[in-house]
Amino acid sequence: MDALRRFFDSELWADFRASPMALAAAAIAGACLFCALFAGWVAPHDPFDLATLELGDARLPPAWLEGGSAKYLLGTDDQGRDILSALMYGARISLAVGLASVLLSMALGVALGLVSGFIGGRTDALIMRVCDVMLSFPAILVALLIDGVGRALFPDAHETLAFGVLILAIALPGWVPYARTVRGSTLVERQKEYVQAARVIGVAPSRIMRRHVLPNVMGPVLVLATIQVATAIITEATLSFLGVGVPPTSPSLGTLIRVGNDFLFSGEWWITIFPGAMLVLIALSVNLLGDWLRDALNPRLR
Amino acid sequence: MLAFILRRLAQAVAVMLTVAFIAFLLFQHVGDPITNLLGQDATSEQRAQLRAELGLDAPAPVQFVHFVGNALRGEFGLSLRQGRKVSTLIAERLPATLELALTAALLALALGIPMGVLAALKRGTALSQLLMTVSLLGVSLPTFLIGILLILLFSVWLNWLPSFGRGEVVALGSWWSTGWLSVDGWKHLVLPAVTLAVFQLALILRLVRAEMLEVLRSDYIRFARARGLSDRAVHFGHALRNTLVPVITITGLQLGSLIAFAIITETVFQWPGMGLLFIQAVSFADVPVMAAYLCLVALIFVAINLVVDLLYFAVDPRLRVERGAAGT
Repeated sequence: MDALRRFFDSELWADFRASPMALAAAAIAGACLFCALFAGWVAPHDPFDLATLELGDARLPPAWLEGGSAKYLLGTDDQGRDILSALMYGARISLAVGLASVLLSMALGVALGLVSGFIGGRTDALIMRVCDVMLSFPAILVALLIDGVGRALFPDAHETLAFGVLILAIALPGWVPYARTVRGSTLVERQKEYVQAARVIGVAPSRIMRRHVLPNVMGPVLVLATIQVATAIITEATLSFLGVGVPPTSPSLGTLIRVGNDFLFSGEWWITIFPGAMLVLIALSVNLLGDWLRDALNPRLR
Repeated sequence: MLAFILRRLAQAVAVMLTVAFIAFLLFQHVGDPITNLLGQDATSEQRAQLRAELGLDAPAPVQFVHFVGNALRGEFGLSLRQGRKVSTLIAERLPATLELALTAALLALALGIPMGVLAALKRGTALSQLLMTVSLLGVSLPTFLIGILLILLFSVWLNWLPSFGRGEVVALGSWWSTGWLSVDGWKHLVLPAVTLAVFQLALILRLVRAEMLEVLRSDYIRFARARGLSDRAVHFGHALRNTLVPVITITGLQLGSLIAFAIITETVFQWPGMGLLFIQAVSFADVPVMAAYLCLVALIFVAINLVVDLLYFAVDPRLRVERGAAGT
């Protein structure tokens, strides 16, 4: 409770309430997150329950167009699934994959950055060389290649394994910015007196890194992580759109767009455009939140 | 200087060997080609004989050296799905991808630079705000969505432009086919090229604007104005020229990204390039094609980065002094 009260008294919270852009972005991102988390309760239909699907209801346009039905607000797809409900379930998978891969790349990047900055020497040089090389390839290409290689190695993978490979593929090219940021701040922190004091009284280096340096270098990491969530969600959607992402049995937003793309020419644009709009909405709102957080935490702008 | 070049070259070779090793592992894992080649009924002597002929009985390091040797000659074997030589398949698809990427790059430069200059010179006006907002949208919209929206608008609703394939191509010599020489080819090229260019265009616009604003603040621009030069001469003769150096480097580096993003664009528009070939290979676990694409793309990226590094070195004398002083 105390921590909560301190948060509401903080400058960050005041800054947040004063920024209409941040409020709007947070509201949209929050609404998307809510729908995704509670899709089971919020969604008007269950798109995976085959018993409730009626083929007679297939390819209905959104409710406000001619031929639309109030039962299906955003229309239905070729199997008679409610688009709105499919969106909510799809967003759940997109967000889960996005968040998981960001957490993974953050853990990897922070650990490597800490080690690199704290230990220095050859270890540092090696890690930074690897960073340089990773940076010269675009993230989406590396993700695609890892995912492709993973699929070739485990052709009949279990669904859990397929998700694991996908999350790894998105996370692996993502750790570099964390490592660079953390390394930079660690180099500064390492020189400070509290670290020297800890060394003098004989605290083990691994403990100094974890307990003393880590909390002091996490600020920029949080900003980076927020922005990376948007990137990860878009990467996931791109891979799923290309047909190499999530397994088809658990469709994400990207899968929905891919499936809907086939109906573009027969005039059923809503099957693909609404998932696309949802994707852009999530990515933009998370990006705007990240931008705000960066400016709010930047002492130079204060 | 020599040490710097050698170090870069060593790094490039290390990256290529790593990629080749991954490709090699892929081959190792797909299973025994002997059974595929001989069928179930072959005797163990026949198997052993073929194994020796193909060099598959050698220890793994020797096989790897063999693999690299073949890769250097462009030999990746036969495609599992199409039964044709991988090198031929890729050579057929290369012109389509290169034409698409090149057209997109030129488009992004031709529109991005003037728009960036405009946004910098008209800072604070509604026009500049509009350009910045649109470019923000351009960098945050996923490529495949842009493609879908363009298809919906120009192919489905307006019915102006075709949405898939390369259209009519003209053969230039025996190994290059171009869509640049026919009206139909151009019609097919418009939407994919625009889709691929949007992200780069937005990036170039923002970069040119930022650089231009930076340069316009510098002393020599104030001096040029004090000398009474016209706005035109100051903006285009002095400011723009100095803005363009970093822009050209970044664009050079982005050429590799264009080839990467071409995978997405090619899938949306069913453009018969290397990217589409790769995606199809991934869905069918066609390992030889995947391995070849992997190596080729890595080679393109490593080459571009190496050239840019060396160019930097040649262009920027400060770098030479610093590296020399560090002296290893």
